[in-house]
Amino acid sequence: MTATLRPGPLAELARDDSSLRRFLHGLSGVDQVGAEGRAAMLATRSIKTTAKAWAIDAAIGMVDLTTLEGSDTPGKVRSLCAKAMRPDPSDAGVPAVAAVCVYPDLVETAVRALAGSRVQVASVATAFPSGRAALATKLVDVAEAVAAGASEIDMVIDRGAFLAGRYGQVFDEIAAVKQACGSAHLKVILETGELVTLDNVRRASWLALLAGGDFIKTSTGKVSPAATPPVALVMLQAVRDFADRTGELRGVKLAGGIRSAKEAVRYLVMVNEVAGQAWLRPEAFRFGASSLLNDLLQQRHKLATGAYDGPDYVTVD
Amino acid sequence: MTVFEYAPAPESREIARLKPHYGIFVDGRFSDGRGEAIKTINPATEEPLTEVAEASADDVDDAVTAARQAFEPWAALPGSVRAKYLFRIARAMQERARELAVLESLDNGKPIRESRDVDVPTAAAHFFYYAGWADKLGYAGFGPQPRPIGVAGQVIPWNFPLLMAAWKIAPALATGNTVVLKPAETTPLTAITLAEIIAECDLPPGVVNVLPGGPAVGQAIVDHPGIDKIAFTGSTSVGKMIQRSVAASGKRVSLELGGKAANIVFDDAPLDQAVEGIVNGIFFNQGHVCCAGSRLLVQESIHDELIGALHHRLRTLRLGDPLDKNTDIGAINSAAQLARIRELADSGVAEGAERWSPDCALPDRGFWFPPTLFTGVSQANRIAREEIFGPVLSVLTFRTPAEAVEKANNTPYGLSAGIWTEKGSRILWMANRLRAGVVWANTFNRFDPSSPFGGYKESGFGREGGRHGLAAYLESENYLAR
Repeated sequence: MTATLRPGPLAELARDDSSLRRFLHGLSGVDQVGAEGRAAMLATRSIKTTAKAWAIDAAIGMVDLTTLEGSDTPGKVRSLCAKAMRPDPSDAGVPAVAAVCVYPDLVETAVRALAGSRVQVASVATAFPSGRAALATKLVDVAEAVAAGASEIDMVIDRGAFLAGRYGQVFDEIAAVKQACGSAHLKVILETGELVTLDNVRRASWLALLAGGDFIKTSTGKVSPAATPPVALVMLQAVRDFADRTGELRGVKLAGGIRSAKEAVRYLVMVNEVAGQAWLRPEAFRFGASSLLNDLLQQRHKLATGAYDGPDYVTVD
Repeated sequence: MTVFEYAPAPESREIARLKPHYGIFVDGRFSDGRGEAIKTINPATEEPLTEVAEASADDVDDAVTAARQAFEPWAALPGSVRAKYLFRIARAMQERARELAVLESLDNGKPIRESRDVDVPTAAAHFFYYAGWADKLGYAGFGPQPRPIGVAGQVIPWNFPLLMAAWKIAPALATGNTVVLKPAETTPLTAITLAEIIAECDLPPGVVNVLPGGPAVGQAIVDHPGIDKIAFTGSTSVGKMIQRSVAASGKRVSLELGGKAANIVFDDAPLDQAVEGIVNGIFFNQGHVCCAGSRLLVQESIHDELIGALHHRLRTLRLGDPLDKNTDIGAINSAAQLARIRELADSGVAEGAERWSPDCALPDRGFWFPPTLFTGVSQANRIAREEIFGPVLSVLTFRTPAEAVEKANNTPYGLSAGIWTEKGSRILWMANRLRAGVVWANTFNRFDPSSPFGGYKESGFGREGGRHGLAAYLESENYLAR
């Protein structure tokens, strides 16, 4: 196995299935009611004026602008890339987003369109979204995306293997994908909507971190529920605890179902108060979204001018 | 440097519709009390808020007379009609929820988030709940036609001024009693506003009377021969005095007094939620909570991990302006209470416990105390035995469940307890052995009108809330028909 952790007790865990199981099942449980209560309390924070302005710009800079449809075309991706670099054509003060996220076959188009900008190209891979393919196939998927220029890979875990308790298999796949990524950053999609319990979310988060994921990510966006506040809470606790134990700062990406600026600001509050301010930057926190960006732009405009403008004042891509 | 600085988000104090002058409410009318006129202050700033003309002994007399006269017709009303009044009060409280919340935070010092999300909605819920019982008393388990007791004298504390008024008034009215209520000297404003609401709801005059005032007014109510029942929430020392005063008087008594609750965390607890429960247990309402989880009993094997997590969490608590919607910890209610907290905290240091607080700047004016942890506390320390009634947590350790029970019960109090473990069987085993009126499992400080609340030992007797709460205001009546 390719443990990417520094040698030590945590790296030892990946020795076999049963030591992984002992560790993951030895993690403190998550009380669903309590986690929901904490998430709800954080949602009552009132973020206004200067704080809101900061949060909206921060959120824009954390967006992985995403299109993952069967109907995606080079034209669609180029248009998305233009938006990613300059979200608001009328205001150069709006920060660029963090990345554009596409299927592997469109990576090359995106890389070309984004050349010269700091916007990263992320590609989903490993038989996204179901992950139901042979490991060799998944690795080829990753290798091709990386070869085409993707600097970030969003992989999916084998939820079937996880739910069947084959933690070693999930670990090995993540570690193998990490190796195939080379210098590209790896985001590990847990698909929390299929893991269902918060205990599972915590275990899968740790499994992905132990196996070398640079980010843990909630969802593919193809399964409902996707990102929810309690799930985000548990994942943020996982990266916080992981950093406490190893000194390594890993990121969290929330994807799926986050459409409004209000939700995004609430999640930033959660990042701030649960993980800490070290995570309040695109290197450590992302939103995977498509329509969220336009709401952030509209809210930004509202804050600056005091008036809402209609949907025709932001671009449709 | 703070990356994400929350801008101030204060609720407007105009919403409280503060009047320059408040008085008493007797026999359906507002007037000046014949006692002292006192200035109430905002504990967060020490600035005067308004003036209250307090009641005198003569006012107590008038109020009891009014309540006596109102009693029989009120008790004779069909339960469904009394329910109608209670539902009306509950709805009116909801309509004026924002005003009540801001007023409560101004007068008491508690954060608006708490008064808005807990105190006011729970108070309204209490009226809704007991309104539902008013026409079903014959099915509550106290006989087919349980009768009200008469005039209830009710004396309430300053920590939850409106909520305690609701806890007292709602069950008394639902069961057909009439009341004379005295709010605490430092926090009379929401109870007087509740009287306004009651007046607007057209309750018959005399059914509810509200007499702001100090200990002398409380004593006059307790001693008044026209009163049939005393319901008191407050300190154990005053509770003992009340019991002495009413001995052999024939008055019924229910007392809800102090506490020194154990919050017990096992090594298999859901740790992140336990941290929240500990924080909520002791820092909710600045620890001015009789059922506060003021003793943390933690299994020795996870002591360091849990304390580390608590330090992390306490650093994120926001102390300051009670009206700011992002404030977690508000002001201490009075100078006297602050002095008591300081004295006990100092005793903790003197007795050798280790004191810790997060870096947090306290405002220059007003009454403030930082969230404080004491580790290395032993059962013999004063901070482990005496009720501090402030944001001070004493941490003790245990090794086995039996030892946890023994230490938790080793207190003169017995109001509440908390158990944190993912093991259901242990929760039940513990709950059966803890001598506390309320045992929370994997949660703390949760209140619901349908759940009975009250104490063992020096925490008092009688229950408030739920079906049990009706018993405090009913004479059981059983008859046999042939």
